[in-house]
Amino acid sequence: MSDTPKIEVSRRGFLKGAGLTAATTVIESASALAREAKEAVEGDRSVGPGSLPVKLQVNGQEHTIIIEPRYTLAETLRDNLGLTGTKVVCDRGSCSACTIWLDGTPALACMTLAIDVAERKITTIEGLSRGDGMHPVQAAFVKHDAMQCGFCTPGMVMSCAALLERNPDPQLADVKHAVSGNLCRCGTYPKVFAATLDVAQQRKQAAGLLTLDATKEA
Amino acid sequence: MAAEIVLAREEQQESTSGQKSVSKGVQGEARPTVEAEKKDAQTPPAANSMPTRNEMFVFGIPQEGLTQKEREVPLDEPPPLAQNSELKYIGKPTPRYDGAQKVTGRGKYTADVQLPGMLYARIVDATIPHGRITSIDTSAAEALPGVKAVHVIEHTYGIAELRDPKQESPSRYPVIRYAGQPIAGVAATSPQIASDAAALIRVTYDSMPFVVDKQEARATTAPAVFPGPADAAGSAGGGGGPKDVPQVGNVHGPQRKKVGDVDQGFAEAEAIVEGEYFTQVQTHSALETHGFLVDWKPDEVTVYASTQGTASVRDEFAEVFKIPKSQVRVITEYMGGGFGAKFGAGNEGVVAANLSRRAKAPVKLMLDRKQEHIVCNRPDSHQKLKIGAKKDGTLTAIALTSYGTAGVGTGAGTAGPATNLYKCPNLLTEEYDVFINAGPGAAFRAPGHPQGCFAFEQAIDELAVRLDMDPLALRDKIDDSPARRVERIIIRERTNWKNRKPAGADRGPIKRGMGIAQSVWYRFVNMDSSCEVRVSRDGSVELMSSVQDLGTGTKTLLAIVVAEEFGIPPAEVVIRIGDTRYPIGPNSGGSVTACSITPAVRNAAYQAKHKLFAAAAPRLGTTADNLGLRGGNVIFKDDGSKSYSFRQVAAKMPTSEISARVTRSPEYAKERITYGGVDYVELAVDTETGRVHIEKVFGAHDCGRPINPLGVISQINGGILQGISYALFEERVMDRKQGYMLNANLENYKILGAREVPEIEVELVENYLAQSSTDAAGIGESAGVITLAAAIGNAFYNATGVRMRKIPMTPANILAALGKIGQEDMA
Repeated sequence: MSDTPKIEVSRRGFLKGAGLTAATTVIESASALAREAKEAVEGDRSVGPGSLPVKLQVNGQEHTIIIEPRYTLAETLRDNLGLTGTKVVCDRGSCSACTIWLDGTPALACMTLAIDVAERKITTIEGLSRGDGMHPVQAAFVKHDAMQCGFCTPGMVMSCAALLERNPDPQLADVKHAVSGNLCRCGTYPKVFAATLDVAQQRKQAAGLLTLDATKEA
Repeated sequence: MAAEIVLAREEQQESTSGQKSVSKGVQGEARPTVEAEKKDAQTPPAANSMPTRNEMFVFGIPQEGLTQKEREVPLDEPPPLAQNSELKYIGKPTPRYDGAQKVTGRGKYTADVQLPGMLYARIVDATIPHGRITSIDTSAAEALPGVKAVHVIEHTYGIAELRDPKQESPSRYPVIRYAGQPIAGVAATSPQIASDAAALIRVTYDSMPFVVDKQEARATTAPAVFPGPADAAGSAGGGGGPKDVPQVGNVHGPQRKKVGDVDQGFAEAEAIVEGEYFTQVQTHSALETHGFLVDWKPDEVTVYASTQGTASVRDEFAEVFKIPKSQVRVITEYMGGGFGAKFGAGNEGVVAANLSRRAKAPVKLMLDRKQEHIVCNRPDSHQKLKIGAKKDGTLTAIALTSYGTAGVGTGAGTAGPATNLYKCPNLLTEEYDVFINAGPGAAFRAPGHPQGCFAFEQAIDELAVRLDMDPLALRDKIDDSPARRVERIIIRERTNWKNRKPAGADRGPIKRGMGIAQSVWYRFVNMDSSCEVRVSRDGSVELMSSVQDLGTGTKTLLAIVVAEEFGIPPAEVVIRIGDTRYPIGPNSGGSVTACSITPAVRNAAYQAKHKLFAAAAPRLGTTADNLGLRGGNVIFKDDGSKSYSFRQVAAKMPTSEISARVTRSPEYAKERITYGGVDYVELAVDTETGRVHIEKVFGAHDCGRPINPLGVISQINGGILQGISYALFEERVMDRKQGYMLNANLENYKILGAREVPEIEVELVENYLAQSSTDAAGIGESAGVITLAAAIGNAFYNATGVRMRKIPMTPANILAALGKIGQEDMA
């Protein structure tokens, strides 16, 4: 690989150069990345380009895989772990189809290097629902037909489920904001909004009933 | 390719390139086969030679009162279906058959399929817009550890070809005619190594002058994209353009259509409107890129394809590689969007197959996002339109000249709406294709129609202003379509239309307006549509066909049709589609799927049911004709006390299964049928920033008998949103100096996102036409995507008193139209 020709500085090349960065969000500023790259070099934390073993905690299971440091989390999940529910659409952080959760927070798997998240708890669409049944957001997507081709759907579901984790009572504008990075070419957004608001409504009603029950018992 | 799309084609008065040509993306020696096949498939059984019976069918639109229509139908057709309100599953909102698979990420798209020993491939594409390749050095790539095969492309498919190949001196490699044209492919053990290897392939060129600007390309002095006349075939989904038309320089055409005498029509006119309209190049941007996974084995080639036509892929693989169709198996279980872009083998499919054959391993080749933007597109347009009318609105003449570029392809015609929306005795349309050095045009959701409608439906509104008529009232006068008549009534009653103010009435900088536009699409039936319904002794029911589900909900649709016939819930029907090992179904383009395959499916279910009754009746102590279905149970017609579950009856069959294999029967009547919709838009224009905010859309649409309203409404929402995206945001930007597409990604090629979604309301109009055993039709084309740019244009005029004749309606284009900035201020 030593005679690999010089290619244009791509996002991936940049991340590779930055070594062990925590590139978990798209929004991180270039200066922050540069600072981390400097720290990585100074701290002699550089690895690669050869393969190395990496431990990943995915959906509650630990996997040890041997990958090159340049592999994105999206590639690793899909090609190495067979978790193909995480889709790659733009491969540069502009469509959110690859949305997964890192320690419960949505992140873009195509903009994350797998080696950078060895310590983190990764949740993919396959692990969203604990057990055999569907997560309420998944069930609501089916009920409302909040999908057409379905290629954006896993990312949409991850964004909407995360929204409900942090805001149990979202308004339409909150849902729009939560999926504002998730592109859907089939144009299924209205039903994505409806499905997410439906789950919030159901939960509110269920909580209301519980409160009523508690009052009765008291 | 699969069969001909037949409607009453002879009577079909449309002239858009989109649906006309149903020949191949793969050209050359293949064509005779295709023509032969067309003839076979087109020869319908002579209607008068087969036994028939007469039946009364529900007919018309419920809002106008349903009537009965008598039709002579083949004897083995099932009995007529009642209207939807009387049916158990058809017409009832039904959740998507594969919804759970999609929301849990378990559904395997072509991009997701992994086979043991599979290799990953990348395409190397041209870095210059025009020229000849002088050398390709693949040695460094081949030497890279992990690289298993390299393939250099010998022929570029899917672009126009010279009528006379001798006009170009022969060369070892295809001539490069656009930046991004595929040159070679490489397969390796990981995608990363494949990318490394692709970067090691050294290509040298002799560059030639190029042109990527359509206006420049029209000049006779412009660099010639082709050294002589060239034509492009269409694909199974449309695209392509007219052949045997003149070509001067890069200007190919016109394709001319003439009815009556327009000069006389304009002489008779009491009002004339005239204008020029400009639309941009749009890319399909399906989320799953084009791609194939090919497993080439000596006895069978298995192809996983992200395609709208498993049959078209099979046929083109067989043609390109000269292997029997029986040795090509194409599978499309889940498909991440096509919109017209994905038919046939494509260059990437041919490359993947060559790599697999060479490496003796399965090879997956998905285009990257940049390649997806370049591989095909919706052509742009520059239209000059003139309409003449009497004072009462009666149209006297329509004249349209359009120039569009489909890059290195053809098929940029826009005359569909002008030709087919309204009655007019005098019509002249002239459509030109202009070649430029850019990726080829292809079918894209209602080919030609969003462009044509943007001009035509705005001109009709302009005519309404000139005649001082309400735009809906003018259309009442000139539009023959019963469905659109009902849809206009719905729009009048259910929207704010009655509060519509005169144009430009708002005083402040934010101006609000409302507008409508109408769409037209055609009933295309692919007679080469077959399926099999199988019932097993345990009562399980399967439906099999090669037809594919692009996300339009085909699986659900078919489950509902089978369920209705057997009286079992749709979720209990097993749908096996998207595999050419099953009976060949239609390719999905031009809204053909529902109207082509659902009658075959219903007929197969009906026949299977009767075979089951015949097999089980003796063991139930009765005769087959005494058995019927009621409330999901099998009953004795002569004894109300006897009732069995479907499973109990199936258990009585003496063999382990019975099945019925059916091919689409002919249309019940040979009539010219169109579908359409009316879309209403409310918007606000900020005249200081040039931004448009769409506040509300109301769509009233017709697709014959709706089978699954839940899915149909999803598609209409999508059509409306794609239409808004086309009208306001999307535009391919070419670098005129370098010849590249500048925004081949999803951040600079802007498509509509969640925050640009307005409130949308949809009303479906049932329209019973007594044409087939299901009377279903597709909605993909007519849903919103055709109308929205025009409806937004009309609403913009209503808001500001200024007509937008150019899309996308970006702030720059809007401020220019409002006279707030000059052309010199624009980039």
